[in-house]
Amino acid sequence: MLSIATCKFRFEVAPFELSGAVYGTLLNHRSALAALEGRLDKPPYNAPPRAPVLFVKPRNTLALCGDAVEVPAAAAELEVGACIGMVIGRTACNVSEASAYDHVAGFLIVNDVSIPHPDYYRPSVRYKARDGFCPIGPKVTARAAIAQPEALTLRTFVDGALVQTAGAGDLVRSMARLLADVTEFMTLAPGDVLAAGAAAPAPRVRAGQTVAVEGGVLGTLINPFVAAA
Amino acid sequence: MKRARVAFGGAIHEATPLDRAGVAAVRLADGRVLGEEEVVWLPPFEVGTVLALGLNYADHAKELAFKSQEEPLVFLKGPGTLLGHRGATRRPADVSFMHYECELAVVIGRRAKRVARAQAMQHVAGYCIANDYAVRDYLENWYRPNLRAKNRDGATVLGPWLVGADELANPGNLELRTFVNGALTQRGSTRDLIFDIPYLIEYLSSFMTLDSGDVILTGTPQGVQNVLPGDEIVCEIDGLGRLSNTIAADPVFGR
Repeated sequence: MLSIATCKFRFEVAPFELSGAVYGTLLNHRSALAALEGRLDKPPYNAPPRAPVLFVKPRNTLALCGDAVEVPAAAAELEVGACIGMVIGRTACNVSEASAYDHVAGFLIVNDVSIPHPDYYRPSVRYKARDGFCPIGPKVTARAAIAQPEALTLRTFVDGALVQTAGAGDLVRSMARLLADVTEFMTLAPGDVLAAGAAAPAPRVRAGQTVAVEGGVLGTLINPFVAAA
Repeated sequence: MKRARVAFGGAIHEATPLDRAGVAAVRLADGRVLGEEEVVWLPPFEVGTVLALGLNYADHAKELAFKSQEEPLVFLKGPGTLLGHRGATRRPADVSFMHYECELAVVIGRRAKRVARAQAMQHVAGYCIANDYAVRDYLENWYRPNLRAKNRDGATVLGPWLVGADELANPGNLELRTFVNGALTQRGSTRDLIFDIPYLIEYLSSFMTLDSGDVILTGTPQGVQNVLPGDEIVCEIDGLGRLSNTIAADPVFGR
């Protein structure tokens, strides 16, 4: 089920290619949860989230480093959500937190692009599922090459200006805990990607600007944003 | 033509239906004829993106006390939730309300990008039955319906056949029926869809490119009911056959 955009994306560790399934997690960075302080137990939510708040980035959204992201005419700005993505190496079903990373082949940068939307209750898929709204890459860094995944940090630049710094150490559920909680009810297969969650506030970007997400050993994921044709 | 994907004798085969003296049978492409219980049924096509509709029948929306929507309520599912005909779906021991949802599944055959309603049906390869389970105990108000409620392993059953679009005269007027242990519990018609198939293709393809193998689960009518381990759930749709599934308890899955 790979898309044309990603079937040429290969990496040096098994399973060597993605499956095409990409899941994202919301409200899993402390800053993102803190931004909703005071609203969590009020309508329409009525209670803070219990399970991980997940969403699917379908195959049409996947794009690679360098690909242009189209800003639709109806949106003045888009939100960029720099996330660390775990690439599954071994089938992960009901894994424990302690053994979670045994199922991870490596890590990569995922940019969860969205049309800004007012709430988290039941947003339309058209905010997150547009073509090209999920750049990934520029490479997969093997799990073995990263001593401490919790120390990974992403820095987001818009036209060269640093707009956000977010570390995996500030996740509500660590990546290992997240993998355990997600695979309790949904098995992840080799090549699937689970993104751990972006920080808030989400940087905004307009057509004509370029976003670079720099992740140290993960490399830098660069995408120009352009007006829709 | 009706066709299925089945596993048998160490390989995956295309299979077609065969009535063998009144007993349901399948014929593999290589000529072998087998009873329907002799093969392992897989989803009947290579599944791409799974798009599912919430509250797309007025009666079911009313049943769940929702007001009708201006825009289709679409959610996405991943590949791990898919299951074929005659499979078993796990019901966790701690839940109080897990229900089936019999739905018409529309399979895309040709890439669709910004397709107008009038041309939409040209992009449909065919149809199958979907049973899209939900565990309501796990429903939360964050990105509804959340994946823990709607995207569980083995909780999206597709099949048994992919029926070609040319074989189904009017997908907009098909009766859907669900039977739990033989008793009719759900009945509706696709003529009561709030957003019909051409509209859904036009709507979705306005912001996302649909590709061959992508599938739209068009929603379920009223009549959802709690199911328990051991229950056999059969979803029927006119012209598409009957899709069977069994509910299994935690120990079956080593939980």
